[in-house]
Amino acid sequence: MDTVSDVPYIVEASGLTKEFKGFAAVKNVDLRIRRHTIHALIGPNGAGKTTCFNLITKFLEPTRGTIRLNGKDITRTPPADVARLGMVRSFQISATFPHLTVMDNVRIALQRPIGNSFHFWKSETSLDALNDRAMALLADVDLISYAKHLAVELPYGRKRALEIATTLALEPEMLLLDEPTSGMGREDIARTSDLIKRVSEGRTILMVEHNLSVVSDLSDTITVLARGEILTEGPYSEVSKNPQVVEAYMGTGGAH
Amino acid sequence: MSTSTPAHPAGAPAATGSGASAGTLFGILAIAVLLAAPFGVYPVFLMKVMCFALFACAFNLLLGYTGLLSFGHAMFFGGSAYVCAHTIKVMGFSPELGILAGVVFAAALGFISGLLAIRRQGIYFAMVTLALAQMFFFFCLQARFTGGEDGLQAVPRGSLFGIFDLSKDINLYYLVLAIFVFGFLVIYRTIHSPFGQVLKAIRENEPRAISLGYRVNQYKLLAFVLSAALAGLAGATKVLVFQLASLTDVAWQMSGEVILMTLVGGMGTILGPIVGAAVIVTMQNYLAGLGEWVLVIQGVIFVLAVSLFRRGFVGEVIAIIQQFKAKKAG
Repeated sequence: MDTVSDVPYIVEASGLTKEFKGFAAVKNVDLRIRRHTIHALIGPNGAGKTTCFNLITKFLEPTRGTIRLNGKDITRTPPADVARLGMVRSFQISATFPHLTVMDNVRIALQRPIGNSFHFWKSETSLDALNDRAMALLADVDLISYAKHLAVELPYGRKRALEIATTLALEPEMLLLDEPTSGMGREDIARTSDLIKRVSEGRTILMVEHNLSVVSDLSDTITVLARGEILTEGPYSEVSKNPQVVEAYMGTGGAH
Repeated sequence: MSTSTPAHPAGAPAATGSGASAGTLFGILAIAVLLAAPFGVYPVFLMKVMCFALFACAFNLLLGYTGLLSFGHAMFFGGSAYVCAHTIKVMGFSPELGILAGVVFAAALGFISGLLAIRRQGIYFAMVTLALAQMFFFFCLQARFTGGEDGLQAVPRGSLFGIFDLSKDINLYYLVLAIFVFGFLVIYRTIHSPFGQVLKAIRENEPRAISLGYRVNQYKLLAFVLSAALAGLAGATKVLVFQLASLTDVAWQMSGEVILMTLVGGMGTILGPIVGAAVIVTMQNYLAGLGEWVLVIQGVIFVLAVSLFRRGFVGEVIAIIQQFKAKKAG
């Protein structure tokens, strides 16, 4: 592992391009994410943020370019295996299992590494050994009182919290959060923002986020995308003064 | 509340604590009734219901608990029936070996067709399974050992382990009951196993399951093979009951019928397919005098079921019980 942590960048994408029937959603993007930082990806609608996300997590195959995770080439690795390497993503629309209980949602994630997931002849009570850890994870995000509810019954903000608890159950090295605060009220935004800060301890986070106050508050580095290309990159204080960014953002009326 | 999720597993979380013991009690009661039933009801009819109930339960494992709509399950049901009938009638297998041969064949066919089908999703998955089942139908129509249009008739029932004479309906009834209970328990356990939890997760949100590191195609394939094998068990058992394997068993109407049974009874519920199969088989039997009109009545029932009880009979009952419980609690 020592040799691995010598690599300053956990993710290195170079020349990343994705074309859909001749239209390039992402063009020649070089993205490097420094270990143990929070890195934000911003840009107007249609800038290619989510496509970038899908490419890095391998939910989409890049047309060109390479992706490295901890120095290992994952350009041709299937998405489930990328998750096994410690890079776990969330989704823009809430990613829970709606008709499973909150507890079962977390247990699904805890269950995978113990290797009994193909055992169709075993009772599900064999999973009860995971309950304590599941409860601890739920306690971390204030969801204990909801443990027995179906995920679909949770208020929106709480669903996002459940998603983060489920993700953390895998003890990922790297988290990708797709618009973690979108559609939330002020109070939920503050709570989620705190939660992200808390879980970033010892981890790397890449997030797509529209709320600029959250971005300025949390991120160490910001990459601005426009029309599928990188406009600029740097800390918030620099990026926010860049006239091109101001134009790209304000020009479309997409700023908050 | 209008959720857009098609598969609505009513009652999924309630199966703990007092729910489990009530379930055990209900199970014991049901088995007692089934043990006594052949003395009141025509046993061949009951056996037919159990064969189709097992078929529908096997299908429901895929549709209700994994979210995969197969439109080709007749190939497992009928394919197994042909293999069972052929091995018993022509090769002189004992009934238990004949059934085993049918199940093994269905599982193998399930593995091959599953490999091809699970690469696609939604309607494309259904179309691939339908296409494969049609190919299999024409194979059965042309192949010599299936007896073509005549099918394989007068398959001897033989005797189980050389001891129990299955030509007596009552003996066969208890064998069919044992097979049905066995199949049902396998499905029940699968649903409530670590594997079953992953299947539900895939049904609920496949991309999320992938993002948690599950190689979902492997799980879908195992579910497909299990479902095919159990459908084969139902088809092979049916051969012993009617002493017949025919093109009806592999035709696409059979694939449609099992979908109908599952939806009418309630997909994603453990008892739904059994109720659905009982309703459909009963209708076919008691309305047989009406000829083609059975299909019309069946159609009307289907339309009514889908528009009035979207969750199927059992699904609606569970929803009502849950509402009642929620009212009592809050």
